[in-house]
Amino acid sequence: MLLLAVDTATPAVTVALHDGDSVVAESTRVDARRHGELLLPSVDRVLTTAGLALDAVTGVVVGVGPGPYTGLRVGLVTAATFGSVLGVPVHGVCTLDGLAYAAGLQEPFTVATDARRKEVYWARYDGSGTRSGEPAVDRPADIAGQVAGLPAVGAGALLYPEVFPDARGPEHQSAAALAALAAGKLAAGEELLPPRPLYLRRPDAQVPRNYKVVTPR
Amino acid sequence: MADEPLVLGIETSCDETGVGIVRGTTLLADAIASSVDEHARFGGVVPEVASRAHLEAMVPTIERALTEAGVTARDLDGIAVTAGPGLAGALLVGVSAAKAYAYALGKPLYGVNHLASHICVDQLEHGPLPEPTMALLVSGGHSSLLLAPDITADVRPMGATIDDAAGEAFDKIARVLDLGFPGGPVIDRLAREGDPEAIAFPRGLTGPRDPAYDFSFSGLKTAVARWIEARRHAGEEVPVRDVAASFQEAVADVLTRKAVRACQDEGVDHLMIGGGVAANSRLRAMAAERCERAGIRLRVPRPKLCTDNGAMVAALGAEMVARNRPASDWELSADSSLPVTDPHVPGGPHPGRVHDHDHVHEISKDNLYS
Ligand SMILES: [Zn+2]
Repeated sequence: MLLLAVDTATPAVTVALHDGDSVVAESTRVDARRHGELLLPSVDRVLTTAGLALDAVTGVVVGVGPGPYTGLRVGLVTAATFGSVLGVPVHGVCTLDGLAYAAGLQEPFTVATDARRKEVYWARYDGSGTRSGEPAVDRPADIAGQVAGLPAVGAGALLYPEVFPDARGPEHQSAAALAALAAGKLAAGEELLPPRPLYLRRPDAQVPRNYKVVTPR
Repeated sequence: MADEPLVLGIETSCDETGVGIVRGTTLLADAIASSVDEHARFGGVVPEVASRAHLEAMVPTIERALTEAGVTARDLDGIAVTAGPGLAGALLVGVSAAKAYAYALGKPLYGVNHLASHICVDQLEHGPLPEPTMALLVSGGHSSLLLAPDITADVRPMGATIDDAAGEAFDKIARVLDLGFPGGPVIDRLAREGDPEAIAFPRGLTGPRDPAYDFSFSGLKTAVARWIEARRHAGEEVPVRDVAASFQEAVADVLTRKAVRACQDEGVDHLMIGGGVAANSRLRAMAAERCERAGIRLRVPRPKLCTDNGAMVAALGAEMVARNRPASDWELSADSSLPVTDPHVPGGPHPGRVHDHDHVHEISKDNLYS
């Protein structure tokens, strides 16, 4: 087994290779503005480090968010395209689950990422690291009661210490954790998610002024 | 490199997910998935709705194009993709897919210019482009006059709209007349039964001191809307067919007048017209008439190749391969305001590429992450 995992749902552009037992190579770069530029070079770097070619990959794992839309799609369309060319399955994993796995906490906790617009994407996990319910997007103050007293991981928790006083790392998503989580689930015969985006928000239904006016003057 | 390169092209600059495959100047496949119906109720293209649709349609459209062309991906000589201009989030889906596709196949990647692709598509219809080519591009997003001595390396802007694009004016007038979105086809249809001389609407930027090749459709749009409102105010019926015909006449008149003049001034004996508005029957007829009179040969691709599609991107990509232009690198960006003077985006160091054109085309354009 050789899994290629990618996640672009958060400011991290993260890529890893996992052979079913352990992580073979990983690259994580945090730059919220350059997902499109950074992802493919990262894939290339990870494969080169491992001394492998893309066609050795037997499955693709992709973080499906929730995440701000534009960056999220870079990972999803890349994973889908690789899957199509290589003829291998593409597995979706909730991005928050990857952070929860990386946290490795033995007690109930919260994962929160930055959803921009003064909101967080978040979910609660039990002491065995299993998510309770679907991820959601909310203003931190509106969920203060639901996350009170729990440790919290992720950049969204670190960003709002008044709501998440026990915020801690990991701050950023790692595809290595995502791949390890997926490898474990696949080995146990568990179903993963379809590789579809979790936007959790409806599109801004607004036609921009002078749309598509893009010729230089 | 093969002089008849087999190239797959991906286009996602607006609301059409297009994948085309060409061999040299021969069209093999032109697969399209459109999200236009999802935008109709907003009266214009909603960037986030378009981007979501591109993600869903991307891989199935690539696979459909390959089947249609009857070729295997391994045989391709290159992958071309629209790198800009267009909607940033929409472009990014296509650029990311093209990179993954090219990388997985071990093929060169060519990030190309959407406007240059609109010109180059005519090679699939009428054979190799004359050099230089004069091109009038008119759509919901562009109204430009371009002179292209070499479509792969040298494209020069002669003029452009200073406000609305021609297709936008059609959409806006259709909205005022409650005809729905997009406005082009329905106005064209109604205009055929109307009198183009019924109402004398203004011809923007046609005065002696106005810029010779620039366009303005904002004043025309306002004049038409005012005329309609005045009728409604007076409790009179609006002669929709006459309004459509007279409005369309004004647009076609200005576009063809300036395009013919540009050909004459530059000594170019042919004109190509592309973009969605090139499907307009009155524009085609008037251009044919005026070009004939001026001794200019008119080249207009069939309507399906005039609107946004992947074949046009493949056509320009094939030309890049045939002329040994350098490929793009894996860091290729989606550039929402890629200047028309960059027909493609070659790889290599980009020492602080500076764009002196404005980036105000899209909401949430300042950060690709949001
Ligand atoms: Zn176009």
